[in-house]
Amino acid sequence: MKNKAWKPWALLSPSLTAVFLLLVVPVCFVVVYSFWLRSPTGQDIPAFQLGNYAKFFEDFFYPSILLNTLRVAIETVFLCLVLGYIPAYFFYKTESRFKPFLMILVMLPFWISFIIRTLSWINILGDSGLINHLLIKFNVINSPLPMLYNEGAVIMGLLQYLLPFMILNIYVSLDGIDKSLAEAAKSLGCTEWQAFREVTLPLSLPGVSAGSLLVFVLTCGTYLPPMILGGPGNEMIANLIFKRVVGTLDWPFGSAISTILMLLLMIIVYTYNRYMGINQIFKTLSSK
Amino acid sequence: MIKLFTLLVYVWMFTPIIAVVLLAFNPQQFGSFPMEGVSFKWFVKLSHNSTILDAFKNSMVLGSITAVLSTAIGVPAAMAFIRYDFRGKEFLNTLLIAPIMVPEVVLGVALLLFIRWLQQPKSFALLLIGHVVLTLPYVLLIVQARLVGIKREYEEAALSLGANPFQTFVEITLPLLAPAIFAGMLFAFTISFDDVTATLFWATAKSQTVPVKIFGMLRNSISPEINALGAVMIVLTVSMPLLAGYLSRKFAGKKTGKD
Repeated sequence: MKNKAWKPWALLSPSLTAVFLLLVVPVCFVVVYSFWLRSPTGQDIPAFQLGNYAKFFEDFFYPSILLNTLRVAIETVFLCLVLGYIPAYFFYKTESRFKPFLMILVMLPFWISFIIRTLSWINILGDSGLINHLLIKFNVINSPLPMLYNEGAVIMGLLQYLLPFMILNIYVSLDGIDKSLAEAAKSLGCTEWQAFREVTLPLSLPGVSAGSLLVFVLTCGTYLPPMILGGPGNEMIANLIFKRVVGTLDWPFGSAISTILMLLLMIIVYTYNRYMGINQIFKTLSSK
Repeated sequence: MIKLFTLLVYVWMFTPIIAVVLLAFNPQQFGSFPMEGVSFKWFVKLSHNSTILDAFKNSMVLGSITAVLSTAIGVPAAMAFIRYDFRGKEFLNTLLIAPIMVPEVVLGVALLLFIRWLQQPKSFALLLIGHVVLTLPYVLLIVQARLVGIKREYEEAALSLGANPFQTFVEITLPLLAPAIFAGMLFAFTISFDDVTATLFWATAKSQTVPVKIFGMLRNSISPEINALGAVMIVLTVSMPLLAGYLSRKFAGKKTGKD
């Protein structure tokens, strides 16, 4: 097969053409457009100027949405870690014959429509949702608690969406750890907790960091949960882009915000790849 | 402790989903608790809603064509990555999987901007090529993972026995790869069927998909009809992979026993 160097290229060409034409070139367009001008009549004028970026950082309004996005992303990563590590550890430890079934359940949400999962929280958190209904029924409160249309509700929706990614990433990492290592530590005098902290936890860090990166990146680009579960103050950067592009048709400014978002994510992914290697994530994604 | 916590996480994860299905049967007008009996009236109403049925048809057609196209170009690429060595392999592999890491909004803006620059109107074709780009990385990941597990010896044996490369692919590789191709198609279909964010950018009034329709309906708060539609979607999208898994196991069991 050695003298057929053209063969892999022939096999690759359809995919490469598609990704090049439909992703690489359009993304370059976004970057180019971010330097263009928008005339008062709404025409896009080719130019090279930083006005769109200046507009973004002009006052605190737009940067605050960016900061809001980052804060929500960090909170989501943190909660995903807490909520995700323990079930993953449970799967690692358990000898239960229900384990395959429980694993399938974790992956089940991947198959359930994202928008349905997001809006399902309205039935739980809304004024006449499950929680308020139960609280009123048992006379804990008299009038419904406002739990919807705030940051907490947005994070609920995000967690619902992202937790399976985190659990799987951590589990894949845990699964590769030889259980006898922790046993050895224990036989040398470690307590259960010490053995976990000194042996298992450090060895599972690749999965923890891969899951965190994935959750962070996906949260930064999220559009639906703030739209459906958030209030006016919970806008995130993707909502802003959508509003500028589809709403006011301000392509150059929308492109500039998109470029800022891409740059931010690229810096984060690049830094991550530098220290951890990006392949861990792909490994887990393909195992699902 | 760990068990209890895990249980709680499960409860937390599935309560909202169960609530959607339950409330779909609530005859009450507002689609909220308490349950006041069991009724199919929202499902009946749904089945008479022609815009939703249209959206459903759009979603099915779009998802199916996306799945076929995506696997048609993804499988050869996976073959190239696993079976051949060439310069820039790592880089190209990352490039083809990169769309996973690009936020959908950016993808949406980018492709729409490109189409606008080409002075083409939004169309079904735009939606289709967009969805192919969205799903390609997943197809690639799934098929690659499977290809690694298929021993090259089988193919080499066929070649040494006089089969040409094409025959080898059709007779040996393809049957062994079929489950992965099927899984890739299924996954591509689900992602396409499910996508909202990018689709909101690309869809025209005529080519709306079910999730986009639901998104539009949500503007006037949640209604029992949405819950009913949600219940239908949940049953549909959950039963499909389960059924596929069952079928492929049965199929594989009959044909080759074990690979």
